[in-house]
Amino acid sequence: MKVTFWGTRGSLASPSPETVRYGGNTSCVSVEGSEGTVIILDAGTGIRNLGRNLSPDLRRVHILLTHLHMDHIQGLPFFAPLRRRGVEIHVWGPASTTLSLNARLQKYLSPPLFPVSLRELSTDLHFHELPSHVIEIGEFSISAQLVIHPNPTIGYRIRCGDAAVTYLPDHEPALGAWTFPREKDWTSGYDLAEGSNLLIHDTQYTEEEYTERQGFGHSSIRHAFQFAQLTEVKHFVPFHYDPTHSDDELDRMLAQITADIRPPYAVTPSREGLSLEVVC
Amino acid sequence: MSQQEIEVILARHLAEYLAMPIFIVNPAGDLIFYNEPAEAILGTRYNETGIMPASEWSTVFQPVDLEGSPIPPDELPLVIAVTQQRPSHKTFWIRGLDGALREIEVTAFPLIGQADRFLGGIAIFWEVTAK
Repeated sequence: MKVTFWGTRGSLASPSPETVRYGGNTSCVSVEGSEGTVIILDAGTGIRNLGRNLSPDLRRVHILLTHLHMDHIQGLPFFAPLRRRGVEIHVWGPASTTLSLNARLQKYLSPPLFPVSLRELSTDLHFHELPSHVIEIGEFSISAQLVIHPNPTIGYRIRCGDAAVTYLPDHEPALGAWTFPREKDWTSGYDLAEGSNLLIHDTQYTEEEYTERQGFGHSSIRHAFQFAQLTEVKHFVPFHYDPTHSDDELDRMLAQITADIRPPYAVTPSREGLSLEVVC
Repeated sequence: MSQQEIEVILARHLAEYLAMPIFIVNPAGDLIFYNEPAEAILGTRYNETGIMPASEWSTVFQPVDLEGSPIPPDELPLVIAVTQQRPSHKTFWIRGLDGALREIEVTAFPLIGQADRFLGGIAIFWEVTAK
């Protein structure tokens, strides 16, 4: 499967000369299978550019939302296939105890916050709510599970053959833990990430920032590297960078942590435009 | 190794920070976590026991009612919370593993997660007296 990064930033789009290399768009990753299935992970501002690059022959798209915070849905109405006739759009996201996924999305995608409703953009739009179970989409088998982040948030493990890609863009597994890492069975996200070929994980904060922002739902870069080690992944992709971190700062932070931890897995920092192949 | 459900992990984190004794059981009623204040009641440490079957923890304290009659396990609040999936509260006496007789109040409730997933139960203990 081919994994491509269209938005790597967390919290807020941050285009600037200082964020050109890693990118300023918010979370969006595409996963394409060998049989042509396209899965989109989150609909941050990066989804706009992805929509322009999808094949005009594509007839069905699956958008898997981890949660409904703005940086993960803001690009949705700007996704060009929504306005294309004959394209079936399936939106998957976390269930709620009160409102449907559609109703929760409409809170943003309706006046006065947005001039057009989703229904006006597409007539072939389908919503699916995910608690914790496995779904089959094309050649992919996808596990969804709740993870630690404010408001119900799910992570995804996408399997194709023997290979697995895990996507945990907003995740604070160290929340409330006296020590981290701790026991595997008491660690949020462990089942999703265990032994993955590719782990895409939240690396929002420095350690100093984390101490001031515990409970915001994000990881320090160190915690993310430790989580990758605990879960014995083969390849780690730092993701969901803080909007205040410039390219140069990210270079420095990632080089420093890599030197400190000496990870036993490969590390490739995500950046807009990066594509990685995972052999199924 | 199967990971605990996220709501259970968060419940444990909360229990680790609270000063009241707290038990957390899984849907089968097995004790999967108890905090430090609960260790004093059980007379044993969580790190030493690991998971404790319902048949063990429900009898180990020798619970008796206010008249001194033994309380069967299925009348204990935490067992009711898990088997009947409803909250329960009771005042009774227990003898801890340290031999002390204590009057305690226990409030237990089932743990229902997102999408109505039944995840087990939680009991919180209040010690009324120690004799």
